Amino acid sequence: MEFYNTHILTVVLFTPLVGALLLLFVPRDSENAHRVIGNLFAFLGLIVSLPLIWRYSLSPTADRFQFKENYNWIPSIGAHYTLGIDGISLLLVILTTLLGAISILSSWSAIKMRRKEYYILFLLLQTGMLGVFMALDFFLFYLFWEVMLVPMYFLIGVWGSDRRLYAAIKFFLYTLVGSVLMLLGILALYFKAGAMTFDVPTLLASASKFDTSTQVILFWLFFFAFAIKVPMFPFHTWLPDAHTEAPTAGSVILAGVLLKMGTYGFIRFSLPLLPQDPAARHKIVTIMLVVSVIGILYGALVCMMQKDMKKLIAYSSVSHLGFCTLGIFALTPHGLSGSVLQQINHGISTGALFLIVGVLYERRHTRLISEFGGLSTPMPNFAAIYMIVSLSSLGLPLLNGFIGEFTILRGVYEISIKYAAWAVIGIVLGAAYLLWLYQRVMFGPVTNPANEHLPDLNAREYATLIPLVILAFWIGIYPKPFFRVLDRPVQLIVEQVNPGYYGAEHAASPAVNAAPAPSAAPDTMMNMPGMDMSPAPAPSTEKK
Amino acid sequence: MLVLTHLWILPLLPLAGAAANGVFGRRWPKSLVTGVALSSTTLAFFSALELGREFMALSTDRIPWTKSYFTWITAGGFRADFALQVDQLTVVMLLVVTGVGWLIHIYSTGYMHDDPGYTRFFSYLNLFMFFMLVLVLAANYLLMFVGWEGVGLCSYLLIGFFFLKQSATNAGNKAFWVNRVGDFGFILGVLLILRTFGTLDFAAVLPRAAAMPAEPAGQAGVLTTIALLLFIGAAGKSAQLPLYVWLPDAMEGPTPVSALIHAATMVTAGVYMVARSHVIFLNAPLAMEVVAVVGCLTALFAATIGLVQTDIKRVLAYSTVSQLGYMFLACGVGAFSAGIFHLMTHAFFKGLLFLAAGSVIHAMGGEQDMRKMGGLRKKIPWTFWTMFMATLAIAGAPGFSGFFSKDEILLAAQRTSTPLWAVGVLTAGLTSFYMFRLLFLTFFGTERFDEHQVHVHESPRNMLAPLVVLAIFAVGGGWMAAPELLGGVNHFRQFLSPVFSFSYMNETSLPPDHLDASIATEALKVLLGAPVIAGLFGFLLAWWLYVRSSETPKKIAESFSALYKLLKGKYFVDELYAAVIVRPLVWISDKVLWHAVDEGVIDGAVNGVARVSRESGDRLRYIGSGNVRSYATWILIGAVIFTSLLLWMAG
Repeated sequence: MEFYNTHILTVVLFTPLVGALLLLFVPRDSENAHRVIGNLFAFLGLIVSLPLIWRYSLSPTADRFQFKENYNWIPSIGAHYTLGIDGISLLLVILTTLLGAISILSSWSAIKMRRKEYYILFLLLQTGMLGVFMALDFFLFYLFWEVMLVPMYFLIGVWGSDRRLYAAIKFFLYTLVGSVLMLLGILALYFKAGAMTFDVPTLLASASKFDTSTQVILFWLFFFAFAIKVPMFPFHTWLPDAHTEAPTAGSVILAGVLLKMGTYGFIRFSLPLLPQDPAARHKIVTIMLVVSVIGILYGALVCMMQKDMKKLIAYSSVSHLGFCTLGIFALTPHGLSGSVLQQINHGISTGALFLIVGVLYERRHTRLISEFGGLSTPMPNFAAIYMIVSLSSLGLPLLNGFIGEFTILRGVYEISIKYAAWAVIGIVLGAAYLLWLYQRVMFGPVTNPANEHLPDLNAREYATLIPLVILAFWIGIYPKPFFRVLDRPVQLIVEQVNPGYYGAEHAASPAVNAAPAPSAAPDTMMNMPGMDMSPAPAPSTEKK
Repeated sequence: MLVLTHLWILPLLPLAGAAANGVFGRRWPKSLVTGVALSSTTLAFFSALELGREFMALSTDRIPWTKSYFTWITAGGFRADFALQVDQLTVVMLLVVTGVGWLIHIYSTGYMHDDPGYTRFFSYLNLFMFFMLVLVLAANYLLMFVGWEGVGLCSYLLIGFFFLKQSATNAGNKAFWVNRVGDFGFILGVLLILRTFGTLDFAAVLPRAAAMPAEPAGQAGVLTTIALLLFIGAAGKSAQLPLYVWLPDAMEGPTPVSALIHAATMVTAGVYMVARSHVIFLNAPLAMEVVAVVGCLTALFAATIGLVQTDIKRVLAYSTVSQLGYMFLACGVGAFSAGIFHLMTHAFFKGLLFLAAGSVIHAMGGEQDMRKMGGLRKKIPWTFWTMFMATLAIAGAPGFSGFFSKDEILLAAQRTSTPLWAVGVLTAGLTSFYMFRLLFLTFFGTERFDEHQVHVHESPRNMLAPLVVLAIFAVGGGWMAAPELLGGVNHFRQFLSPVFSFSYMNETSLPPDHLDASIATEALKVLLGAPVIAGLFGFLLAWWLYVRSSETPKKIAESFSALYKLLKGKYFVDELYAAVIVRPLVWISDKVLWHAVDEGVIDGAVNGVARVSRESGDRLRYIGSGNVRSYATWILIGAVIFTSLLLWMAG
C-alpha cells in the first residue's frame, strides 16, 4: 500500500504488463485461463487508476504535474524515468484504463485463435499507451510511443479480417515515418538544448529560446508523427483500413485511445513548440486550422458514401478528430478544454459504435451495411442503445458530444467566425451519415433471412456498452467535473502559447459587460485571475 | 406557490412518464401504460393551470420568475445553467402545450389502440412533452437549444414511428437533416450572442440588446447577423421557405403526432423563439424585413400547393406551413403578440383539423386520399361538425378564433406595407378555398368508395371528446382579443404586453386599450372586411367546384395543365434540391473525394512506398504468422538502434 501511495502512476502503468508477463507462463492449451487473466488484469488496471481521480488536486497551488516520480535511468545520456500527469493526461489515462477493460471484455468470445498471444499483446498495448500519457521524459515517451506501435500492428495483422496484412503494413509504415521524423525532432531538441536531459518541461522551455527557423523545423518534425496518429487530412488513409480490418477490440482501442495520442502530442509538445515569432506562428496556426476544417468536412463527406459499417465509422473519426485539432489550434481556453473533452467523448461514442458493429459482426460475420436492415425487430434493446450512441456521436444536447463540440466552437468563434461556420457544417453532415446508417441497418422489414432471429444483447455486451452510455449522459448533463479538472492545465498552456489572450480578454470585457460582475459564484471554477469575462447572471436569476 | 416554487415538476412529469413506459412498459399491461402516459400529461396540464393561477398573483417585479437548478456547462469564463423562467409568454405557451398535448394524449389512446407499438408511441410522446416544456421554460438560449433539439429528436422518432415503412423512415431522416441545416444558423447565432453579450441568459441578453441602438435599415450589423442566424434556425423548425420541405413528408407519422408536433406545438417553436428574441429583431430592421417577407411568401407559396393536393393530411400540412408563415409575418411587422395569438388559435383549430382528419382516416380504415372519400357527413356527424367548426375558424369566418388572430396580423401588416397585406389577404382567400375543398371532398357529394370494403364508423368517445373540446376553443378562443373591434380591450395583447414592451412598432404605436384613432372607421372596415370577403369568395368557389359542378375542376386542370402540374408537383422543390444539392454532393463525395483523392492520390502515393518495401512486408508477414518472441526481438533491435544512435551522436 505504501508503495502504491508513492508510486501510483507506476502501478497503473505496469499492472497490464504484469498481467502480460504472467500470461507468458500460462500454458498455451489452457485457453480459458488466458482470457480470465487478461480480463482480470485489465479490470485491475482500471481499479488501480481510479484513485487518481480523487487524489488529483484541483488546488491552484498544486504542482502542474502531479503524482510525479523521477528516477535516474540512463545517466550517460541523461534519460530519466519521469512520470507525472496533469488534468489533461488524467482524463486520457482514465479513458485508457476504462476502454482497455471494456475492449478486453468485448473480446471474450470474439477471439478464438491464439488467445494467449492476443491477451499478452493487448495488455502490452495498454502499458504502451498509458506510458505515452504519463511520460515526462522525451526518451521514455518515445520508448512507449514505439512500444505501443508493435502490438497494434500484430493485433491488426494476426486477428484482423481479410485484408489484414495490407492494413497492418500500411498502419506500420505510416506510423513509422511519423516516428522517425519525431525521433529526429527529439534528437534535434536534445542536442540543440545541450543540457544532457530529456526532461520534457526543460527541453520545451529551452526551445522557446531557439531562433525562429529552428523552431519552425522542430514544429514540423513533431507535426508528422502526431498528424498521422490523429489522423489529420491528408495523412488519414491508414485509418479506414486499420479500423476495418482490426478485430473489434482493436478498433475500439484504436479509435478510443490511440488517435488521442496524436492530439495529446499536439497539446503537450506541438503547442509549446510553436515559434515565438508572431508571423511564423500565425502561418502555422492558420495551416493547422484550415487542415482541421478540411478534415471535418472531408471526413464527413467521404463517410456518407461508405458501404462498410466500420469504414464509415472510421471516416467519421477523421471528421470528429478534426474538431479536436481545430479546438487545439484555436489557442483559446474554450477551444482547448473543449478539445480535450471531445477527445474523451470521441473515445466514448466511437468506442461504443465500434462495439456495436462488433456485436453485429460476431453474429453475422459481415460489416456490409447492405447485409443488414430491419434489425430493430429482432433486437429491440440493441436498437435503443445504438440509437443513444448515434445521438451522442452526432452531438445531441444532453449527451456528451454536444458539450465538446459547443465548447470547441465557442473557442474557435473567438478567433474567427469563418472556421466555426465551416465546422458547424460538419455537425450538419454528422447527423446525415449516422442516421442514414442507422436507418439502413435498423429500420425497415427484415429482408435478409439471416437476420430474422438474431439474438438481442447478452449480459456481457450490456456490460461493455452500459458504462459508455452512462458516461455519455453524465458528460452531457453534468460535465462540470471534467471541465474542472481541465481548467488549470488549459490555462497554463494558453498562458504559455497565447500570452496575449488573457490580457486582451480582460481589457475587452468591460466593453461587453455593462453590469459589474459581482463575485463569481463559489461553484464556478473561474478562480483564475483575469478570467472573469462572463458577466454574472443578472440579478433576476437569483430570485427565489 | 407550489408549482412556481417547484418549477422543475412541470417538465419532470412527462419525463417520468416517458422513462417509466420506455423502460418497463414492454412488460406492462396496456392499461397501465395508458395510465402512466395519461396521468403524467394530465398532471402536467393541471400543474400548468395552477401555475397560471399562481402567476397571476405574482407582483410584476418578480416577473420573469426564474429558478436556477445547477450549472450545466462551465468552461473557462463561460457558463450556462439549467435554469427555468416563467413570464407571460411562457404561461401562454405552457397552457397551449400542456392543454393541447393532454387532449391529444387522450385521443391517441383511441387512435393508437390496436398498434403493436402502443407503448413505444406513448413513451416518445411523453418525451416530446418533456422537451417541449424545456424549450418554453428555458431561461437561456442554450437550454432552449436542448429543448429545440429534443423535440426535433422526438419528431424524428415519431415520423419514423412505422419504421417498417421505408417512406416513413426517409421522412424522419429528412426532417432531422433539414432541421440540422436550420440548427447551423441557430448554433452560430447562439455563439454570436455569447460573443457579443458574454452570456446566454435571456434576462441579461435581452435588456442589453434593447440598450443597443437600432441598426440602420439595410445595414447588417451584429444584431442583424444574430437575428438572421436565429431566423435560419426558426425557418428550419417552423418549416419556412426554403426549409419547409420536411413538414409535408412528416405526415408519414401517426396522425396524433401530426396534430401535436407538426401542427400545434413543435413547429411553432420557431415563432416562439423569434418572439422570445424580439428585442434583437426589433433593433435589426433588415432582419425584420426578411422575417416578414419570408413569412408572407411562405404563406402564399404553401397555400397554392395546398389547392391541389389530394391527400387529406398533405393539404393540412401545407396549410400548417402557410399559417406558420402568417405568424412570421406578424413577427416581421413587429406584431409579436398577434403572432403568438395566431400561434394559439392555430393550435386549437389546426390541432382539431388533424385530429378530425385522423378520425376520418380511422373511419375509412386508413384511407387518406380524398378522391376515395365523399358523402361522409351523415355517417360520422361528430367528426364532420367539429371539423366544420375548425374549417370556419381557419378560413376566418367572422366570430371564429382564426378571424380575430388573422385579422390582427393583417391589420398590423397593412401598417408596415400594403403589398404584404395584399398577399396576406390573397392567402386568406386561398386558405378558405382549400379548406372548404377538403371539407366538400370528404363529407359532401357522392360516396367514392366501396361500401362493402370500407366499413365507415364513427370514432370512439375517447377520440371524439378531444375533438369537441378543441372545437369549443376553435370557435370561441378568439374572443379574448375580440372586444378590441368593438373599441374594447385586447386582453391577450395586454396580458403579453410586459414581455413585448420593447416593441416600438405596432405593439406600442397602437394604444393597447382602444383602436388607433388615426384609422378611420370606414377604412378599418375595409381592412377587416377584405380578408373576410376573400374567405367568402374562396368558400363560394370551393362550393361551386366541388359541390355544385364537380366536373369543372378536371376541366380547369386540363386547360391550365402546366400550372396544375407545377402545383401538383409542389413546384418540384424536392426534385430541385435533389438535383442541385444532394446529387452533386453525393457525386463529389463518392467520385472525387473518396475514389479520386482518397484511393487515388493519397493511397496511390502510400502504396507506391509500400511496393518499394514489399520485401520487408513479406518478412513482416512471416513474423505475423510466427511467434511473439521474434516480435520482442524487434522491439529490442529498435531500442538498441535508438540508444546507440543517441550515444553515437552524444559521443
